Amino acid sequence: MKRLLILVSICLVAPVAAQTSLPPAPYADRQLDDPQQEAAARDLMEELRCLKCQSQSIADSNAPMAGDMRSQVREKIAAGESPEAVRSWLVERYGNWVSYDPPIASVVTWPLWIAPIVLLLAALWLARGRFRKPKDGE
Amino acid sequence: MNRWLLWLPLALFGLFFAAFATGLIMPKDNIIESKMVGKPMPAFSLPGAVEQRPALSSADLAEGKPTLLNIFASWCVPCIAEAPHLLALQQAGAEINAIASRDTPQDIANFLNRWGNPYSRIGTDTTSKVQLELGSSGVPETFVIDGNGIIVHQHIGDIREEDVPKILKLLEDAK
Repeated sequence: MKRLLILVSICLVAPVAAQTSLPPAPYADRQLDDPQQEAAARDLMEELRCLKCQSQSIADSNAPMAGDMRSQVREKIAAGESPEAVRSWLVERYGNWVSYDPPIASVVTWPLWIAPIVLLLAALWLARGRFRKPKDGE
Repeated sequence: MNRWLLWLPLALFGLFFAAFATGLIMPKDNIIESKMVGKPMPAFSLPGAVEQRPALSSADLAEGKPTLLNIFASWCVPCIAEAPHLLALQQAGAEINAIASRDTPQDIANFLNRWGNPYSRIGTDTTSKVQLELGSSGVPETFVIDGNGIIVHQHIGDIREEDVPKILKLLEDAK
């Protein structure tokens, strides 16, 4: 039991030590005073991808870098920038990859928008026989 | 029933098999390259990280000579691995400036005492602000900057021994 405990604590300790010991950026986990600005910042954070844990939004992630991004987003929104301006500021640096709202008119990302429609049409085509009235005698 | 349609399930199976097999054989790399390569260094001014070295601002990176900008942290293990190769680069004549990411002066000083200090200037970026400006997504990363302050290359991850000549050549080409 004791051995197991030691083993478990070793597993837990290493990743913790591999993180920064600094406190999070000022607005990483602190809401803006203006509820409207906070709502706008929050909506944008849900649509920005965390650079470290790449399947999470920065709103969901506990990575220090995601906290730093949240703080930047809030500070920029508080300074009067529009959410779309903040998004393009990040896209300019990291590419469309960083945004969960990919543009329709981009060569790389348009299939993301078209694929569901194509799949739905294909499914309807495959299922078309099922919707027909059964013929007499069948 | 169209006879060709009979083969559709097999074709679909083949398609999925190929997709999963490629995913297994060649896992996708999660490296996010900065879109700032080819663009001027964004303006910034960071306070000094340790007493022994001056602070760092973007103006220091456009003084006519190509430089390296290394982003490191005392809490970053690959940064230890690349430390000797940064020293080799410095001995070969490269000017290396640094940004310490989310770090404390005491920890940075300990790190430099232990693993060597190849840096001319060190700025401290406690909230990753400049890192986000640079389109950098982690530590360690190294940017090659020409004498006019244009970013010409981004090296993601630790610099290995075999990367040293490549980086020296990039610095030479940036002249």
